[in-house]
Amino acid sequence: MKKQSLVLVVIAAIVVIAGIFYVTNQNIQKDVIDDQKKVGFIYIGPPGDHGWTYMHDVGRQYLEKELGDAVSTTYIENVPENADAVRSIRKLAESGHDLIFTTSFNYMDQTLEVAEEFPDVKFEHATGFKRTDNVSTYSARFYEGRSVIGHIAGKMTETNTIGYIVSFPIPEVIRGINAFYLAASKVNPDVKIKIIWVYSWYDPGKEADAANTLINQGADIIVQHTDSYAPCQAAEKAGVLAFGQASNQEAFCPNAHMTAIEDIWGPYYAAKAKELVDGTWKSEDTWHGFKEGMVEMSPYNEKLLSADLISEAKAIEEGIENGTFHSFEGPIYNQAGELVVKEGEVADDGMLAGMMFYVQGIDGEVPQ
Amino acid sequence: MNLDLIIGILNIVLISTTPLVLAGIGELVTEKSGVLNLGLEGLMLMGAVTGFVTLVLTGNYFFSLFFSIISGIILSGIFAFLVLNLMTNQIATGLALTIFGIGLSAMIGKNFSGTPIDGLSPYYLIIFSFLLVFFVSYFLSKTKSGLIVRAVGENHNSAYALGYNVIKTRYLTIIFGGVMSSLAGFYISVCYAPMWQEGMIAGRGWIALALVVFATWKPWRLLVGAYIFGGVAIMQMNLQAFGVKLPGQFFNMMPYLATLIVLVFISSNKIRLKLSAPSCLNIPYEKNS
Repeated sequence: MKKQSLVLVVIAAIVVIAGIFYVTNQNIQKDVIDDQKKVGFIYIGPPGDHGWTYMHDVGRQYLEKELGDAVSTTYIENVPENADAVRSIRKLAESGHDLIFTTSFNYMDQTLEVAEEFPDVKFEHATGFKRTDNVSTYSARFYEGRSVIGHIAGKMTETNTIGYIVSFPIPEVIRGINAFYLAASKVNPDVKIKIIWVYSWYDPGKEADAANTLINQGADIIVQHTDSYAPCQAAEKAGVLAFGQASNQEAFCPNAHMTAIEDIWGPYYAAKAKELVDGTWKSEDTWHGFKEGMVEMSPYNEKLLSADLISEAKAIEEGIENGTFHSFEGPIYNQAGELVVKEGEVADDGMLAGMMFYVQGIDGEVPQ
Repeated sequence: MNLDLIIGILNIVLISTTPLVLAGIGELVTEKSGVLNLGLEGLMLMGAVTGFVTLVLTGNYFFSLFFSIISGIILSGIFAFLVLNLMTNQIATGLALTIFGIGLSAMIGKNFSGTPIDGLSPYYLIIFSFLLVFFVSYFLSKTKSGLIVRAVGENHNSAYALGYNVIKTRYLTIIFGGVMSSLAGFYISVCYAPMWQEGMIAGRGWIALALVVFATWKPWRLLVGAYIFGGVAIMQMNLQAFGVKLPGQFFNMMPYLATLIVLVFISSNKIRLKLSAPSCLNIPYEKNS
């Protein structure tokens, strides 16, 4: 008897709690319809990384400033790229967010999973390629910036060895390596790049280890596709050169930092939020570069680079903007020596989006 | 391979492994007295952030080190109070300490992340870490106090019956572990990668914990184990840069895999004694029992 009543009490408690949750959730959703639109962001790192996540957060703040009271924004930081991401994205969707930006490549399937559960919520997945009716994708043509730094590195290296620190073998990263190498080897056919995969977007210690290892092996320029400024700092300490990543990192390594590829997300975020408010949002794929201002180069370091080299770099930027220069101009061969882009042609976006091979001249293999 | 290259590699291994040795040896002493502190990651983060923030504010390495150590004493003191006096579950409390450290360090460091500082040379603490292993090894095996610590860890009731103060001993070992963790954190944010960024310890606390088991609670083995783990990580980077194809994910998993294998061995009771796991590890001590 006693046991039974206990069970009853527990069941009653569960029902009451569930009811309260249901009612409050209803309220939240109602508030939102009456009031402003809510925009949520999922970040892979902390906004204080002064790299990738930092720039997304700058974009978020730009959005808030542009749209004022029409929207409010929320973010969840340090969301790992695994099943945990589903929980975080769902949390935003459940709490009445109308538009959710998931800002890392490996949130792709998780974003789609949650998007299926919440057909009325709009999703924007950064750097991915899978879209549905309520999932857009967007990315920046960072590789255009890689062509610029490749050109500079090819001219600046004295040991003809360039160290390249990378995170995960995904198309975005491999595209960057290829664009960099094509530009560097064009001005300096003897250039070699040494690649270290650290399998993390963000681990300052490991990134510093990788930079020191590369410098120890003779690299005199450090390039990175990871998110902290530790590699640039290590380069500064060792007296070699480096490029910043995602944001201007000159403050941390003033004597090593030649320039950086900056990601400018603000205008895109503001435009998409505006579409949401106006009711014109639709699923699409956006891939912008120098031309649209989604990628910019940090001010070139005049202490390190000659005026000639700076004007060459600027000429590449302009060439890309007005279409006279493309990062992947044929002929391009893969490592097996097969022609992948014919002379006089450029790689199409489909090939770029799924690029998982190294071009001829790069040593090593793409990790599987 | 020329000599410069090899010396360079060894140098990087030394620099990157030291925090594991510092935090690991602290945890080893704590565990020897029968307390499992899973809060290393949080303690290291707090040590890192207090060291960094103090350095930015005062510009003085000594103050920076001092406050970093203070943070370790305070946090591990709280942990000790909870698990020893209030007898909370050690595992849950340790995990809570980690989560607390992650959050609090992020909050404290928020306005300081991205402040450039001049790093301290790592070699002071590298040398210290070797001396530390020597002294801890000597302390645990050759001194009376060291034997008391081990007695408390092996059987706290017997130790109590012999007239030793179990609670006091454990307070001291927990605080020692906390101080070593905060030193490791200080090393990371001030010497190794001189910066503060949220979560910058990036799991090294957990590797240090794994190391203690891997080393089967022996200081010298911990030193060797740490350098195996650190050496493998740096070697695989070197091989990658030489163009050798390697499954990098596998090497990232190595420390944990190795620890799992050791744990499997320990779980069979016969060799457990040989492997010197403290038998009172993670068992709360009640004075009247």
